[in-house]
Amino acid sequence: MLLTKKHQNTVDSYIRIGPDDSLPAEGALLVTLAVWQDHWERLVRRQELIGVQLTSDEHPEIISDDIDHLDLIALEFPTFRDGRAYSYARLIRERYGFTGELRAVGDVLLEQLHYMERVGFNSFEINSSDPETDFEIASNDFTVWYQASGDQRRIATMLRLGEKDRG
Amino acid sequence: MYRYDEFDQTLINERAIQFRRQIARRLAGDIDEDQFKPLRLMNGLYLQLHAYMLRINVPYGCLSANQLRRLAHIARRYDKGFGHFTTRQNIQFNWISLTDAADIMVELAEVQMNTIQSSGNCVRNITADHYAGRARDEIEDPRVWCELLRQYSVLHPEFSYLPRKFKLALTGSPHDRAAVAVHDIGLRLHHDIRGRPGFEVIVGGGQGRTPVIGNTIRQWIEPRHVISYVEAILRIYNLYGRRDNIFKARIKILVNAIGADKFRKLVDTEWEQIRDTDLQVSTAEFERINAHFLPPDYENLTDQDDELATIRTQEPAFDAWMCSNVAGHKVPGYAIVNISLKAPGRIPGDISANKMEHVAELADQFSFGELRVNHRQNLTFVDVRQVDLHCLWKQLVALELATANIGLASDIITCPGLDYCSLANARSIPIAQDLGLHFTNSGKLQQVGNLTINISGCVNACGHHHVGNIGILGVNKRGKEYFQLTLGGSADEHASLGIRLGRGLPRAEVPGAIERIVDTYLATRLDSETFLSTYERIGIEPFRKAVYDPVNPSRRVA
Ligand code: HEM
Ligand code: SF4
Repeated sequence: MLLTKKHQNTVDSYIRIGPDDSLPAEGALLVTLAVWQDHWERLVRRQELIGVQLTSDEHPEIISDDIDHLDLIALEFPTFRDGRAYSYARLIRERYGFTGELRAVGDVLLEQLHYMERVGFNSFEINSSDPETDFEIASNDFTVWYQASGDQRRIATMLRLGEKDRG
Repeated sequence: MYRYDEFDQTLINERAIQFRRQIARRLAGDIDEDQFKPLRLMNGLYLQLHAYMLRINVPYGCLSANQLRRLAHIARRYDKGFGHFTTRQNIQFNWISLTDAADIMVELAEVQMNTIQSSGNCVRNITADHYAGRARDEIEDPRVWCELLRQYSVLHPEFSYLPRKFKLALTGSPHDRAAVAVHDIGLRLHHDIRGRPGFEVIVGGGQGRTPVIGNTIRQWIEPRHVISYVEAILRIYNLYGRRDNIFKARIKILVNAIGADKFRKLVDTEWEQIRDTDLQVSTAEFERINAHFLPPDYENLTDQDDELATIRTQEPAFDAWMCSNVAGHKVPGYAIVNISLKAPGRIPGDISANKMEHVAELADQFSFGELRVNHRQNLTFVDVRQVDLHCLWKQLVALELATANIGLASDIITCPGLDYCSLANARSIPIAQDLGLHFTNSGKLQQVGNLTINISGCVNACGHHHVGNIGILGVNKRGKEYFQLTLGGSADEHASLGIRLGRGLPRAEVPGAIERIVDTYLATRLDSETFLSTYERIGIEPFRKAVYDPVNPSRRVA
């Protein structure tokens, strides 16, 4: 699976850790919520990169107090039709104040990338032979947006009224 | 009406380009049908029994004469010369090919129309009172808020993959012509005791296989907060609505499962966090949009009751049309005129390209170049000078568009049914045609008065059968079509769901059964009681008896 960050392909440096895996002494880890909760004391003391992956049934509020410890939060799309993670992403960015890597994993399709970017995802596991090109296409479809959604784009209302008149 | 500015136009153009690419990817096999389906659905393209069906948004029912001309052109060039107006104030074309769809998007964008989110599990076209801004009983015009909500919901990045489709309806009148209580969110503008305008928020209404009248979760909310409140509702729904079962995925199921009180608490808690953000509608933005809805240049006129009365006594057909199709207007000397798309024997809501063009001409001539689509599948001119009524009527007569039946028994709502729809159990259109002819020939139309008959070809209830005074539902029993009747439904401010009358009837028996129901009403009504009031007074039993156990079996229609 290829990972696209800042519209560039990168290699995933994180090791995935599930409930049955033992914790390696070294390396960046991406753990499930259960692992995070079971090994919390050990994990928060590690110096290396650490991330948590949530399923679409796991509301990120559970980790909202841990935001400062995390470098990566990965949200699963079990199918592209399951849109809960769009809301989770906004909460993680806009309400819990997470500024690290927010990764979309699972059924991540070209046609959803744009929406995902807008709600705050900044890395993507895309199932594609040419994710870089795909990404260029998908994220350049639109130059006008109606909704403020935490990605700091200037939306139509702001452009119409001029920033100074906002409020 | 609202006109796009450069931002709106750019977005619509970009959407058309995007969809062309998506279609190309599908045709090239880069994406499969399963992946393409949600993309085409969010562009209003359904795969139906015989062809693709394209659903085009008419935002809260407002349409210009030029847009209607473009729709006529699309009907002629890409369809079989017909369009079909729907209960959601949209227009559908039933015979579209995939390879034309991208060109149609461009044709639409040129006249500031689009198909965005006319289908799919997202916020659908927002509907509203078709008399908005003109009705005599109106408290506040809801259209500015409709437009704000339209823009808010278009391509919303967070709410484009909801558990299920999501429908909003708005009204600003005490008399509800927009059926707000049977929508996912219904918003009713009214005044609080201090005379300040605000929205009543009704949530979790809906039809389909589980019909529900919505719950009011807030009596009054300041209009500038309406978008943040809608966002709070959408977020709660997106997070907690069921996704495991498509039949239990609508917001009504969530509201019922946790209870309206708990739902309200969740929404209010969420809302507190977002109410004072950019979601608040600024005065400047309100004013910008409101400028599009200022009244047209009305002349200083007086009501023409006396003059019209003279013509009405001379011409009974004109009188009948005035009685049923013409409604009062806020401004003296003007009237609201409904154009019935329910001529007896015709397909309800269907209109030919030629007629669309004629109607567009008439709108230019008589109603400031604008018209409305109303949710009972008819068209409305909202600004006709009373002195022009007779002249307009004569022209409509010549076009066979002057059927005098608005609100009467032959003004039937029908879904496409088995003639087009792949989910259908039964043909609903022929039933509507049978009944339309039946009532017209029986000569009882005016005598019966206001009566809504709504027909759906299956439990999905696209034809609103639950809220028809008489509802007709197509069912399939051992491979044969039957029709189940319900009585007592209503979609207005006293919204109610119909109750099942009894076992399903074969098509041939439906008109006779309806006739006996209507006769029972005529025989028992007091003074000017409507069908619904009589039903509420005497209950369902007399009607049941009349249909299934008639005293005189010889009256049974074969
Ligand atoms: C021909 C293609 C159509 C298909 C496949 C279709 C499909 C459906 C389905 C599956 C539902 C049930 C949704 C649910 O309960 O969650 C539904 C509801 C509905 N549809 Fe359609 N429909 C079609 C055409 C129409 C037309 C032509 C109209 C307008 C005349 C319409 C208006 C509605 C309305 C008003 C509802 C019920 C309100 C609600 O959503 O609760 N549909 N449709
Ligand atoms: S009610 Fe059923 S038959 Fe009629 S259009 Fe809807 S899905 Fe099709």
